[in-house]
Amino acid sequence: MDALLDVRGVTKRFGNTVALEHVDLMLGPGRIVGLLGPNGSGKTTLVKLVVGLLTPTQGSVAVAGMPVGTQTKRLVSYLPDRTCFDNRMKVRDCVGLYADFYEDFDIAKAKEMLAALGIEGRAAFRSLSKGMKEKVQLALVMSRKARLYLLDEPIGGVDPAARDYILETIIRNYFEEGTVVISTHLIADVETVLDDVVFLRDGRVERVSSVDAIRESQGKSVDQVFREVFRCC
Amino acid sequence: MEWAFADDRPIYAQIVEQIEMGILSGECPAGSALPSVRALALEAEVNPNTVQRAFLELESLGLVRTHRTSGRTVTEDGELVMAVRRRTAQGRVERFLADMRSLGFDAAQAVSLLAEAAGQQGCSVLGSEPKDVR
Repeated sequence: MDALLDVRGVTKRFGNTVALEHVDLMLGPGRIVGLLGPNGSGKTTLVKLVVGLLTPTQGSVAVAGMPVGTQTKRLVSYLPDRTCFDNRMKVRDCVGLYADFYEDFDIAKAKEMLAALGIEGRAAFRSLSKGMKEKVQLALVMSRKARLYLLDEPIGGVDPAARDYILETIIRNYFEEGTVVISTHLIADVETVLDDVVFLRDGRVERVSSVDAIRESQGKSVDQVFREVFRCC
Repeated sequence: MEWAFADDRPIYAQIVEQIEMGILSGECPAGSALPSVRALALEAEVNPNTVQRAFLELESLGLVRTHRTSGRTVTEDGELVMAVRRRTAQGRVERFLADMRSLGFDAAQAVSLLAEAAGQQGCSVLGSEPKDVR
């Protein structure tokens, strides 16, 4: 088995609310995958199950053959959908935190990326703009040499130049053994960098396909197909 | 090269077309080096695997050669380039004729329209003398 991510029969309930239902999903290495679905379709829940921030009500999740746990955290680099740093931290403290926590963190690479953004280590994290905070977090996440990168809404409402920076950062740092999962509802923004797409709807996997296969068989972009599939949402 | 992609077909196929056009038009001359997979992926803002697939396709067409140490270059096989150029031209001509047919012009009428347009550009067509261009 060389599945990098193996989700089997996963159901996640919050009280009476079913967030995910019987989800099966396998991802191999060396792919950039779009986890796509409207708001509330279960994208963030699925990501958090893989990171280990949530546990499934039923079913199992494995990364590189190991059940999600301490060992898999070494292999997974996660960009949360919100800021994870304390407002009192300086940028260099954020870098230090990553360096302390992750042995695969390339501090030289992170410093280089932050310098390219024109951010100094002594700057207070809270003084940065929302877009800049997102870029700093992405730079840190992509400075790890992980097997699986999970980016939850990396382009949540940033300007087009920031979008270009984010995609460029992903392309530049992506390597053959790693797989990048990008969760988003903004498909048109990321479509050209994706190998595969996973459509989530109401907590179920609606479709898994390569982008090429969708374009080849339907003569339409993934964005157009997505709009048709989810028209009344 | 400026990269723009249509929605109706795979991106790797469009990269193949655009590089092929670059080779046919001379924008990418014989023997010239092509960018690396990652460099092109960054330039066109596409997935590196997509670029890889496009390069493999161009290799199988014989238009691009991969060298063990020095990356990829455009083929120096002039005959092959000429053959692809001719095939591409034929495809365009067929498309033009099909368009004309749907506008209600038969092949002979289409040819005379073509001759007229070419004559206005000062080109010799079907034995007619080139016009004096000032």
